[in-house]
Amino acid sequence: MNRKITPYALVLPAWAWLALFFVVPIGGMLSLSLTTGNVVTGFQQTFAVGNYVDAVSTYWEQILRSLFYGACATVLCIVIGYPMAYWIAFKGGPYKSTYLLLILLPFFVSFVLRTISWRFLLSDSGVVLGPLKSMGLLPEGFALLNSAPAVILGLAYNFLPFMILPIYAVLERMDPRMVEAAHDLYAGRAQAFVRVILPVSLPGVFAGVLMTFIPTSSDYVNASVLGGTHNTMIGNVIQTQYLINNNYPIASSITFVLMGLLLIGIFSYARALGTERVMEVHA
Amino acid sequence: MSTDVRTPPAAPGEPGAPAQPPRRTVRARRRIDWGRYYTWAVLAWLFLPIAFMVAFSFNDPAGRHNITWQGFTLRWYENAFAYQELNEAMFNSVSIALLTMLMSGVLGTLLGLALGRFTFRGKQLTNLVMFAAISAPEVVLGAALLSTFLMMGITTGYWTTVVAHVMFCVSFVAITVRARVITLDPQLEEAAQDLGAGPWTTFRLVTLPMLFPAVMAGGLLAFALSIDDYIITTFVSGDVTTFPLWIWGTTRVGIPPQVNVMGTLLFLVGVILAVVNIVMARRRR
Repeated sequence: MNRKITPYALVLPAWAWLALFFVVPIGGMLSLSLTTGNVVTGFQQTFAVGNYVDAVSTYWEQILRSLFYGACATVLCIVIGYPMAYWIAFKGGPYKSTYLLLILLPFFVSFVLRTISWRFLLSDSGVVLGPLKSMGLLPEGFALLNSAPAVILGLAYNFLPFMILPIYAVLERMDPRMVEAAHDLYAGRAQAFVRVILPVSLPGVFAGVLMTFIPTSSDYVNASVLGGTHNTMIGNVIQTQYLINNNYPIASSITFVLMGLLLIGIFSYARALGTERVMEVHA
Repeated sequence: MSTDVRTPPAAPGEPGAPAQPPRRTVRARRRIDWGRYYTWAVLAWLFLPIAFMVAFSFNDPAGRHNITWQGFTLRWYENAFAYQELNEAMFNSVSIALLTMLMSGVLGTLLGLALGRFTFRGKQLTNLVMFAAISAPEVVLGAALLSTFLMMGITTGYWTTVVAHVMFCVSFVAITVRARVITLDPQLEEAAQDLGAGPWTTFRLVTLPMLFPAVMAGGLLAFALSIDDYIITTFVSGDVTTFPLWIWGTTRVGIPPQVNVMGTLLFLVGVILAVVNIVMARRRR
């Protein structure tokens, strides 16, 4: 086969697939968000942006809550995940890959099933709160379930590996001699960390933020299972509008609002961090 | 990994990290490795709901709510397949995941090979689309696909689910394969051709065996992503129920203990794969 044609022959099937089932659908959703009408009378392409105005004015509360929950869960993931990635990368020794497998192992059990398990664990008479309550260690009427902290905890739980793995990847590649050099130059442990290790690990943290903030702020499984009816997120709204109310124009405009806000958030974070090439984190 | 580097086991100055080593004035004493305890504590947290699920697959609940421990039974393992709908959901999940693994494996391998080895027109655009497909929220992917299916008048069901799963898995396989292709020595392929092998023979006998670990890893990743997916699947599956969808559907009426049994069996598959992985890694060393 000709060397010039070969790459095209290789990419063509995947190109076709991604174009047909990813690029075209996003465009289709954009055109759907600019229609009016309903399921009964059909949808007319009006190119009016009224849906967007309606979406933001009606659901701004859920939108803000989603971004807030996502941000909290992301910060929690950094706080929990960074020390762990650090320890495995520098002190894991020959068991590094075993630790990574242990982190991934719970994820063989269905995402939904794990989240539901948390519901049982956190319920008032459950394994965690039940004994504490019968010992009188918790105030009367204390509940974790159906609260914002429960949702944030669930989100952080479900997406923690997406934070640990990229941070681990950059720290693992780091030359330990760089830290030694810092110590030789009379940097204390804290200073060596802040001046040497932290800057090196920032791209990993960035990749981790990308891989946790986007899915956590658009998730709705945790909000439904652990948050009850008062902590719904924008994903809940999209799902309800699409699958229950069949209000496709509003649903697709909310989806675009969500996507736009996430893009703005990620790119401004990248700028603040000085990471201009957002895409490279996946390489 | 040198062990003489004095590095703190935890990031200092981070709130909530209990892993900070105490400052010691006597250097001779061995430092306590707080990082190890911390890591195991987080791992315990990660395994907590799994432990609950496994334990309660042996529980003998009185009512429909399997929350408090009532007694040990093997009943649910004996009639693990008592729920016809659960079996169907499980069958759908596994068959969709296998099809996804196969199709995204082929498409993703070809794509990863092209990206890792060749320069061609549209390479940057391909990278961009792959990046977008990986980082787009699942709710967006599901909603976009459903929009298209609606507008094209396609009834959603089993095959639309397969199409959707392949769509979001292709990029993951491609990235895994690309990483491997970049590290391969192209001279090996040239050597094969010098020895008279045609392009196809070279690919089959030289390139593919070298790529195989990455293809396998990418395929397994696709399988795991597909069998676990809930959000995209709800949008595109129509009347077809998969394992996560069925669990979701039963949460309001009380989950049958068989779900915990299925979850435990899935977890065991994961454990076996992990053990195989460790053993193979040991042998390679």
